[in-house]
Amino acid sequence: MSFSTILFQLGSGMLKSMGIFLWTIVLSLPLGLFVSFGRMSKNNTLRNIVKVYISIMRGTPLMLQLMIVYYSPFLLFGMNIKSFRFPAIIIGFAINYAAYFAEIFRSGIESMPVGQYEAARILGYGKKQTFIKIILPQVIKRILPSVTNEVITLVKDTSLAFSLAYMEMFSIAKQIVAKESTFMPFIVAAIFYYIFNFVVATFMEQIENKLSYYR
Amino acid sequence: MKILEMNHINKKFGDLEVIKDISLSVSEGEILSIIGPSGSGKSTILRCATMLESINGGEIIYMGQKAAYTDNNKNVIYAKGKEAKYINSKFGLVFQNFNLFPHYSVIKNITDAPIHVQKRNKKEVFEQAKALLEKVGLTDKADYYPFQLSGGQQQRVSIARALCMNPKILFFDEPTSALDPELTIEILKVIRALAKEHMTMVIVTHEMNFAKEVSNRIIFMEKGVIVEEMTPDEMFSSNNERTKTFLGRYHNMA
Ligand SMILES: Nc1ncnc2c1ncn2[C@@H]1O[C@H](COP(=O)(O)OP(=O)(O)OP(=O)(O)O)[C@@H](O)[C@H]1O
Ligand SMILES: [Mg+2]
Repeated sequence: MSFSTILFQLGSGMLKSMGIFLWTIVLSLPLGLFVSFGRMSKNNTLRNIVKVYISIMRGTPLMLQLMIVYYSPFLLFGMNIKSFRFPAIIIGFAINYAAYFAEIFRSGIESMPVGQYEAARILGYGKKQTFIKIILPQVIKRILPSVTNEVITLVKDTSLAFSLAYMEMFSIAKQIVAKESTFMPFIVAAIFYYIFNFVVATFMEQIENKLSYYR
Repeated sequence: MKILEMNHINKKFGDLEVIKDISLSVSEGEILSIIGPSGSGKSTILRCATMLESINGGEIIYMGQKAAYTDNNKNVIYAKGKEAKYINSKFGLVFQNFNLFPHYSVIKNITDAPIHVQKRNKKEVFEQAKALLEKVGLTDKADYYPFQLSGGQQQRVSIARALCMNPKILFFDEPTSALDPELTIEILKVIRALAKEHMTMVIVTHEMNFAKEVSNRIIFMEKGVIVEEMTPDEMFSSNNERTKTFLGRYHNMA
């Protein structure tokens, strides 16, 4: 197998890794925000359910969660799961990362001084307006460094999709290594992951810079 | 006309009775100062008046409209919906530590609520905001962010922000106590100017001389009750032992 073929194959795997990454981000951030609301709810039952959910998501291996999400429709209901591979991966990643993001959102929201809510209330802002206009923008700025950490971890975690035999970059690299008995695809994959992360980190830095107009 | 009436207000935090059967009223154009030792309940009575704290008994009336009252079963009922909104639009509050929105520029801090809460005409609001900035001496700071301003400047912005809502009454909770003496002067100047325009105000302050100079009436509070209500002239010649002790302590400190 020529070098360019390897590059091409790894490149197409990289696109799939990026697919997992983007879908996970797009789903888990808003989901995480809603989960954080549940986590801070005045309703005891809801709060405890969410607490358990978060603790399971954070306390068990993501790889295992992916497998459970993927196989349970078959094991529980005897459903055909052939075409369920990709959705299972996205669901697994999204609910896992939502749990981490929820804790980040919660810490950000809870760190907001009560004076901001009070000033908004005196000025007549409603609850929704207060959250969307006053609280959330400041929370986003505060939590951005922690979110960046998670996002960088996610880039690397996409390789866990190999456990469901999904042909993203890491699976392909492993396959070529086994077939061609050369170590080189791993090196190339490592470089690709690094570049991927570099781009992501740069992007996050841009957002941080954009939000640095105030303190 | 009475702008605010508070009758037989009670406020507890758990078992701690912080406000004990306090009644007070403020007429249009009147300036009322509230003084008293730390922990006497001055902030709490302002926070009750502005609905940041809910009362445990009594009634709050703004311009004849009941904002809160106690029914026969001793439940406190607050106005809701439109009525509550209407009452809310009648008062403003200036906080001890400003509470400006850090992610909004000075001009946006002042104009956002009039535009998006009161739904007023943008152009008119901006014109008013600019006039207010001139009044508080910050014309050149419209596009600054709060972190770029001194404490005194931030407090002046927060006064402009409150005024831009066109409140009928403005509450101040120790507006200068987070500030250095030089910056305090700036704020007192602004309040003095408002007093000249007969803005109705309730001011909690530790600045006794200022209270005496600017107010029509002074309330001395201690341990959740009004010990004495007096005119500024009576203040330093009070015969009340507790008032004398408090003011004496203040004099020795000053
Ligand atoms: N949220 C709260 N929970 C419990 N107790 C409170 C709360 N807010 C105030 N208190 C108590 O109520 C009493 C009155 O407090 P308040 O802040 O009204 O006093 P103050 O007269 O404004 O004092 P200062 O001059 O120090 O500002 C104090 O004993 C205080 O500890
Ligand atoms: Mg106070």
